[in-house]
Amino acid sequence: MNQSAKTVTVALVGNPNSGKTTLFNRLTGANAPVGNYPRVTLTPHRREISHRGWTLAVVDLPGIYSLTSQTPEERAARDFIHLDTPDIVLNVLDSGNLDRSLFLTSQLIEMGRPRVHALNMIDEARRKGVTLDTAAMAAMLGGAVVETVALSGDGFETLLDAIVAAAEAAHEPAAAGKITYDSHLEQTIARVSGVIDEIHSGGLDQAQCHWLSIKLLEGDDEVLTREGEHTQLIEQIRRERTELARNHGEEVDTMIADARYGFIHGLLEETRVTAAAAGGDFTQRLDRILLNRFLGLPLFLASLWVMFEATFSLGQYPTNWIDSGVKAIGAFLNPLLPPGMLHDVVIDGVIAGIGGTLVFLPNIVILFFFLALFSETGYLARTAFLVDRLMHPFGLHGKAFIPLVMGFDCNVPAIMAARTIESSRSRLIAILVTPFMACSARLPVFILFAGAFFAEWAGTVVFAMYVVSIFAAMTAAVMIGRCMKGAGETAFAMELPPYRLPTLRAIWFHMWERAQSFLQKVGGVILVGSVVIWFLQAFPNHTDRTAEFDADITAAQARDESPERAELLAHLELQKNQDRLIHSYLGRASQAVTPIFSPLGFDWRDTTAILTGFVAKEVVVASYAVLYSQSEEGEKDGLKAALAGAMPPLRALAFMVFILLYSPCLSTIAVIWREAGSWRWPALSVVFSFGFAWVLAWLVLVVGGLFT
Amino acid sequence: MTTAGNDTAGPMTLADMALGRTALVQKLASDDTQFRQRLQSMGVVKGATVVVDHTAPLGDPRVYTLKGYRLTLRNAEARHILVTPQ
Repeated sequence: MNQSAKTVTVALVGNPNSGKTTLFNRLTGANAPVGNYPRVTLTPHRREISHRGWTLAVVDLPGIYSLTSQTPEERAARDFIHLDTPDIVLNVLDSGNLDRSLFLTSQLIEMGRPRVHALNMIDEARRKGVTLDTAAMAAMLGGAVVETVALSGDGFETLLDAIVAAAEAAHEPAAAGKITYDSHLEQTIARVSGVIDEIHSGGLDQAQCHWLSIKLLEGDDEVLTREGEHTQLIEQIRRERTELARNHGEEVDTMIADARYGFIHGLLEETRVTAAAAGGDFTQRLDRILLNRFLGLPLFLASLWVMFEATFSLGQYPTNWIDSGVKAIGAFLNPLLPPGMLHDVVIDGVIAGIGGTLVFLPNIVILFFFLALFSETGYLARTAFLVDRLMHPFGLHGKAFIPLVMGFDCNVPAIMAARTIESSRSRLIAILVTPFMACSARLPVFILFAGAFFAEWAGTVVFAMYVVSIFAAMTAAVMIGRCMKGAGETAFAMELPPYRLPTLRAIWFHMWERAQSFLQKVGGVILVGSVVIWFLQAFPNHTDRTAEFDADITAAQARDESPERAELLAHLELQKNQDRLIHSYLGRASQAVTPIFSPLGFDWRDTTAILTGFVAKEVVVASYAVLYSQSEEGEKDGLKAALAGAMPPLRALAFMVFILLYSPCLSTIAVIWREAGSWRWPALSVVFSFGFAWVLAWLVLVVGGLFT
Repeated sequence: MTTAGNDTAGPMTLADMALGRTALVQKLASDDTQFRQRLQSMGVVKGATVVVDHTAPLGDPRVYTLKGYRLTLRNAEARHILVTPQ
């Protein structure tokens, strides 16, 4: 700690779902993601704030149940406390859950760093009739205890004061709350502690030796590895543990755990009073329906269907406004720009491409709203429970379901969320399977095509796409799982948080953030993509036959005015344009690739869209918009009408399925590379999904062909 | 180990308890240290009272209430938790 500069690091430590991140956000004004399901926070966030002349560097760590290293995040949190040695540990506790939450606290006490405890969600506890004696708790825990409500900021002043007080007292030895173990165990701990002290020859103080001794006897892997070179010590530990286990008929870690809970029990007896509980709590009642053995899954599927139907139908109104707005801007700029390249780039490139993508903003935001609602209420956690058993045959872990569902919004954070899966094999499978989940960037394609080809059934067709997406993910999981050998499962043991009604303000804020990131993408990748596509299809701007067409057009114009003349002229212009398009750079590139797709019936325009979709899936729609803005239909009735005339519905369906599955976009490829560790995995992902998409699209054509 | 009002002798596991029943944890019978530590950190220790709340559609996993919160466990995991019915 830097005493003269008055700066301290404050580490937020606590169980998952104790409100740490909400507290962090509120305290520091940050916007770290929150959600009411296990393990939302994956990487430490860090912000600085000032209070009473002190600078507090606050670090939000992933939630952990224990300081014993298990999952990667538990290790990350632990290592931070150990190696980065924060000056103050702010232990955030769910006040309604103290019987379990204090287990971690008991370990923190033994670590010996200065502590402040936040009894968070105190409003929920009070509603359950719970009263806590914070002064007595503080005495027994050896650190200040402050009641807080992170959502509203209640108690924050007192909390900050307590932190500053701890900072100012930090040069004094930390008050030792102590947990008493069985006398035999205590003697052993003391013995081992002495040995450690000797080995480290005074490098560690008494508290540290004591803590290390307990950890080694508890069987903490990480600590054991770190002390691994001291073979004599390790050997002694082994002997002591075996001896204790033999004498007490129980493993040492169990003895230690029992003692910790004994301590907790005693503490709560003295400091907590619970008034008679009001009738069965809300979560209980709601779970009786939502987790009902027979209703559970159907209700879940129904809620998914509602989500997609609403995304499509509700989205239509604002979509139409945006569409009109874009057309108005186009109409406004059209006469202003002198005819020529600038005019064409702006009108047929930028406005067509951006406008074509922008109209889907409402759909994306609505989808995100529902996903946010699922996650913030706590329902998402329950879905992992409902589907766990169903996912087994596919080699997937129930916990993998949460990243999969997150994949409906964007694959990138979803793949990162797979870090919560402990076993590396399961995690890898989850990472490779997530790209099959239809991200919101693919939604514009579905909506565009479904709307153009399937009219009243559009919402259901979109829903069907998502069902295919899930089916593909499951199948891929089976296939990938068969090819990968490796260690089996780890424990499923997962906490189900109580249902919480998210504040409208929070949800609105997150929707706004989501809209912003979409707009940034539009202004960035999609803008650039649209312009590039426009250039590639605009040049070369004449072919061998252009002169021929021009001659025919001039000849036709020489005739007398008549409806036939008008029709002939239009027809010739169209043909001239088409010819030019096909021979443009873009046209030629697509044509080179199109043979791969000929069994699927895709033409060069479809191929173009597929190629450009590698960059970002939204560009698929932008491509079409740019390509069709050239055509007569495109100018008159818009993209939908243009598409409807360009292919039969069955091919549209096959195309949708292909786009759904065919390859992760560049950002996703990058994150797979990073999370899985080697370029082989994204390469496998691209090749495998491409083949999978092709086969499935082909099946759609074949099977569909039997019905038409 | 006495079993109150129960005719089956020998240790029962949490997986054997029916929906709605209450049980008292006796022991975590497992050789896997990591598994034990995980369950212990989540409150599964001798003397803890567990209520069987819900079952997933296929009977696995199940939701239990203990130490004032809800924990889901697979039956394979619950089979390692020795209990006496209450």
